[in-house]
Amino acid sequence: MEETVHSNPEQPQSLGDAERWSSLITGGAMVLLGLRQRSLRGALMALAGGGLVYHGAKGQQGLAEKVAETAGLDQSVRVERTVTIVNRTPEELYRFWRNFENLPTFMRHLKSVTVINHTRSHWIANAPMGNSVEWDAEIITEQENRLIAWTSVEGADVDNSGFVRFQPGPQGRGTEVKVVMEYKPPAGIVGATLAKLFGEEPEQQISDDLHRFKMLMEAGEIATTDGQPMG
Amino acid sequence: MKAVCWHGAMDMRVETVPDPKLLNSRDAIVKITSTAICGSDIHIYDGFIPTMKPGDIVGHEFMGEVVEVGRDVKRLKVGDRVVVPFPISCGQCFFCKSDLWSLCDNSNPNAWMAEKLYGHSPAALFGYSHLFGGYAGGQAEYARVPFADVGPIKIPDGLTDDQVLFLSDILPTGYMAAENCNIKPGDIVAVWGCGPVGLFAIKSAVLLGAERVIAIDRIPERLKMAQEYGGAEIINYEEVDTGEALKEMTGGRGPDACIDAVGLEAHGMGLEGFYDKVKQAVRLETDRPNVFRQAIVACRKGGVVSLAGVYGGFLDKIPMGAAFNKGLTFKMGQTHVQKYLGPLLERIQNGEIDPSLIITHHLPLAEAPHGYDIFKHKKENCIKVVLKP
Repeated sequence: MEETVHSNPEQPQSLGDAERWSSLITGGAMVLLGLRQRSLRGALMALAGGGLVYHGAKGQQGLAEKVAETAGLDQSVRVERTVTIVNRTPEELYRFWRNFENLPTFMRHLKSVTVINHTRSHWIANAPMGNSVEWDAEIITEQENRLIAWTSVEGADVDNSGFVRFQPGPQGRGTEVKVVMEYKPPAGIVGATLAKLFGEEPEQQISDDLHRFKMLMEAGEIATTDGQPMG
Repeated sequence: MKAVCWHGAMDMRVETVPDPKLLNSRDAIVKITSTAICGSDIHIYDGFIPTMKPGDIVGHEFMGEVVEVGRDVKRLKVGDRVVVPFPISCGQCFFCKSDLWSLCDNSNPNAWMAEKLYGHSPAALFGYSHLFGGYAGGQAEYARVPFADVGPIKIPDGLTDDQVLFLSDILPTGYMAAENCNIKPGDIVAVWGCGPVGLFAIKSAVLLGAERVIAIDRIPERLKMAQEYGGAEIINYEEVDTGEALKEMTGGRGPDACIDAVGLEAHGMGLEGFYDKVKQAVRLETDRPNVFRQAIVACRKGGVVSLAGVYGGFLDKIPMGAAFNKGLTFKMGQTHVQKYLGPLLERIQNGEIDPSLIITHHLPLAEAPHGYDIFKHKKENCIKVVLKP
């Protein structure tokens, strides 16, 4: 059975489809609302225009996956968060972010990101009890100074995809940075582990990461009280 | 070092704690020479401020000498004498650039808590709960001051600590409350609460051109100070009905602007006061907004109600019908201290205002718990306590 039981096919259907996702992803609306039943990865693949071979898991589904699916445990988690950064252009922010090895400075759960080549990178994140989870990510599509969309490839401990978008705000209001993510754990480690990995509330984790990105870019430092005295 | 630490309601202790260290490159360490107890510290003392943790160092009105600076601090140097504003502000965000310093986007490491409660996070504050950043406060021998080039103001020689200490909070707070009244010639301003902020609001309203200022309190020595220090007319709310008195004293119009310098622990009268006390005690209501209610009803049509007293949570029975149908304007917020530091220092230097006159007690830091007790209970005619580390 294919993984695409609950979502529409991952492959782009037409050029019109790509345009539709493009306007959703670059527009002012809430992206997740526009996606509805469609998987984010599917939409991003459509946006990429089908020019890229998708490396993701599409093989045989095991019993565990089938059970999880039937029980509704394979629901992927979707998050959308936006911040505004006033004193930086989309170009500056894109450049900092595009060097993925910078990301652990403000994404607390990341241990490291290693760039393998122009489109592929290896990610290691902290997991409970001193463990870690790893995955390779591939850039699906990219618009310089504007958009980076990625997906994890086959063999990921946590299947994830998403995009980050840098867009000028209204006059004098700087740059709006939006992250939209979707992730799904292997059926074996559902629920609690995922919650621990990405915080009790995934929205909160992404929101905090983005807020730290804003602090770093806007104020030049991440506000902290770690290491201060108390009675 | 020694520091005043909160351990629960009515439980402030002076403890020995580690000295603060530089944590970011724009931090400075200040050796504190004077630090005061604020009315808003009493809300912490009484246990009304959520997200305090036992051992938290309190205090947000302080000044002293710079003893260490981070590598990216350019404007301050070791040896400078500075007053530190109570909001922590980055100087770079939309709000700092708009002179709305207490709304800084980038200083609160616990922004998520504030976002849950308020929708968005205001600036972090020194020594004022984890909701507001969890920064160690200034009732201590030393404090770490983030964004050291942005907030602290250098104090020229020839001014005493007592003259300038209140630039950290209560002087700008009283001043902003008056400025928010948009005072025009002929205006009569009513001020509820003749504590330190109320006294500075009265003084500032006069400086900003109010024709008359009417002060409302029940403590005789505070009313006396409002009269003598601020030049206000007075109402003792335990002796007369405040609403009626204000109407009679303003030709039936009502005050053009009303300043609430009391905030969330107002002492209500009669049934309404009892209602709030009970609800607050069982945590159905977080704040007791008697003064805010009175101000709305007393204010003249089209007037301004300016809030300087702190509110933190949810308020019951606000007469919105009166506010709406009288077309009132509400102005409020934590003070944008950085905006006022320069202009108010100048007024102090010119002799237009002498903030030191409201100080009734100087105590060693070690006697802070006693300071809290006399300030809260208004014992020994206490109006303002300055602690000396």
